[in-house]
Amino acid sequence: MSADDRSDSHDPRAYWRAHLRVLGILLGIWFVASFGLGILLVRPLNALMLGGFPLGFWFAQQGSILVFVGLVFVYARWMDRLDARLSRD
Amino acid sequence: MGIQGWTYLIVALTFLLYIGIAVWSRVRTTAGFYVAGQGVPALANGMATGADWMSAASFISMAGLISFMGYDGAMYLMGWTGGYVLLALLLAPYLRKYGKYTVPEFVGDRYYSQAARVVAVVCAVFISFTYVMGQMRGVGVVFSRFLEIDINTGVVIGGAIVFLYAILGGMRGITYTQVAQYCVLIVAYLIPAVAISLQLTGNPIPQLGFGSTLVEGPSAGVYLLEAIDQIHRDLGLPEYTGAFVAGKRSLIDIAAITLALMVGTAGLPHVLIRFYTVRSARLARWSVMWALVFIALLYTTAPAVAAFARVNLIQTLHQTPYAEVPEWFTNWETTGLIQFNDRDGDGVITYGEDPETRELEIDRDIMVLANPEIANLPAWVVALVAAGGLAAALSTAAGLLLVISSSISHDLFKSILRPGMSEAQELRLARFAAGGAVLIAIYFGINPLDYVASTVAFAFGLAAASFFPILVLGVFNRRVTREAAVAGMLAGIVFTAAYIVWFKLLGWGGPEDWWLGISPEGIGSLGMLINFAVTLAVSRFTPPPPDEVRELVDRIRLPSGH
Repeated sequence: MSADDRSDSHDPRAYWRAHLRVLGILLGIWFVASFGLGILLVRPLNALMLGGFPLGFWFAQQGSILVFVGLVFVYARWMDRLDARLSRD
Repeated sequence: MGIQGWTYLIVALTFLLYIGIAVWSRVRTTAGFYVAGQGVPALANGMATGADWMSAASFISMAGLISFMGYDGAMYLMGWTGGYVLLALLLAPYLRKYGKYTVPEFVGDRYYSQAARVVAVVCAVFISFTYVMGQMRGVGVVFSRFLEIDINTGVVIGGAIVFLYAILGGMRGITYTQVAQYCVLIVAYLIPAVAISLQLTGNPIPQLGFGSTLVEGPSAGVYLLEAIDQIHRDLGLPEYTGAFVAGKRSLIDIAAITLALMVGTAGLPHVLIRFYTVRSARLARWSVMWALVFIALLYTTAPAVAAFARVNLIQTLHQTPYAEVPEWFTNWETTGLIQFNDRDGDGVITYGEDPETRELEIDRDIMVLANPEIANLPAWVVALVAAGGLAAALSTAAGLLLVISSSISHDLFKSILRPGMSEAQELRLARFAAGGAVLIAIYFGINPLDYVASTVAFAFGLAAASFFPILVLGVFNRRVTREAAVAGMLAGIVFTAAYIVWFKLLGWGGPEDWWLGISPEGIGSLGMLINFAVTLAVSRFTPPPPDEVRELVDRIRLPSGH
């Protein structure tokens, strides 16, 4: 996050813009983890192994779900910080 | 004590627990009845959401389905968890900040239109009824298989329990019984999974055992998944881990179904309404986080159970003389869930999947139900699985019934038909509507519609094509108008319903006729895009929303307290 939105994110409109950027980043990861690694790239990734898992298969049935949990956790934490900054004006 | 004795004991104890919670948490206000007084802690709400979400199908059927689908099962796993990311980021905190009681109420206020609210009520009631029918049936099936009680009696007993705690406690009663039900169902799911993982791979964590080597049998020392792929090649079946090969779904269809399930999940009213029950938008975000943690616990275990079951099933049964089958096989043969037809008359089981030549007829549900017996676990674990299946079905049914009740009493009567009602009258009506909904659900549990399986595709497709786009745009686009929202919802629903009715109910055409190769299960994703496109287009040609609506949108975008 850049320094300038840090300075004015107590303003509701800047808060919303900073929020949209968080959403964009997290939804990008959401798409890559599920549709990217678990579906579109599953066949090339299956040529690689992760222990006993073909990698594409692992992303489709395990990894994507773990990424989803991580994303929602990061989102809740990140928004707590944005909320706190908005209240501190 | 035998399996039946244990099952009676454990099921009776869990039912007493649910009733006890219902009595303790009974409510006297409409806020208590609809949204549990908005005082549920995030962790408890997460657990309740997990139980609310994981239905009889997730608990009993999903692992068995994946076991026969291999890679393709990922569409359920990703679809039914990835939706929670959308829910957390795009919907739950704003709906909580908006702060009233129901989803149709938000639609009505944001789109300043009773017509939009009525369309939303119809969608919510329809989606919830299609869903609840399967749950009541699931309750009856568990009763009949484990306790040898008639299915219909089982449906009535389950209905009576839901009736009691939904009527007494409303959302508050439902929430705290769901917390208890989550604990029962997850313990019941994990114990057999851990035991089987240990047996097959020596690793107690199913998620890791799934990627470990087998410890005994003809493939000892080989990675579990590699062994399954080898067995599949030997039998002439597509590889378990293989994607988009002959005999499996195409890439576009997997992507479309995954998207439809994700978006449908985020648009299901009984899931959305759970996030109205916490104190603030911030806690709504954290409760989605907890919900997804609790759901992921089961959803990452299910594909491991699926793979274990695959190995167990084929290695213990293929080329085994019928006279030497294990005891669990004979136990479950009496229920009709597994059957041997000795087509070639040699007395030996030959595994295969071609309906013309296969010798085993297997109901997918057996993969979870018979697991404890396959793993030689004690009788009380079998009983716990029965209680877990009941907990999964009852908790989901209760959440759905509350949506039906609040849509009717709050959205139809209080706001449209009889606005002058007092709170006491509204609460009485809400209880009455919940009771009526339970009776209808019991009726359909006893007389299931022929197409129950395809109605699930309906529920998700419609949730994806109706609610999701207009809820998201309602928050993220201030310019979207009431005319646009009604047009978008109708376009999405009509398109999706017509496609599903055409291909599934009427059967007018097979996979070669599907648009872009998308099956009816996945068509909700196209319906959603149509809804988005129509809503955005119509908004450009209709007068902008009034100032109050813009202020409402500005307000729900900010955290609680602003």
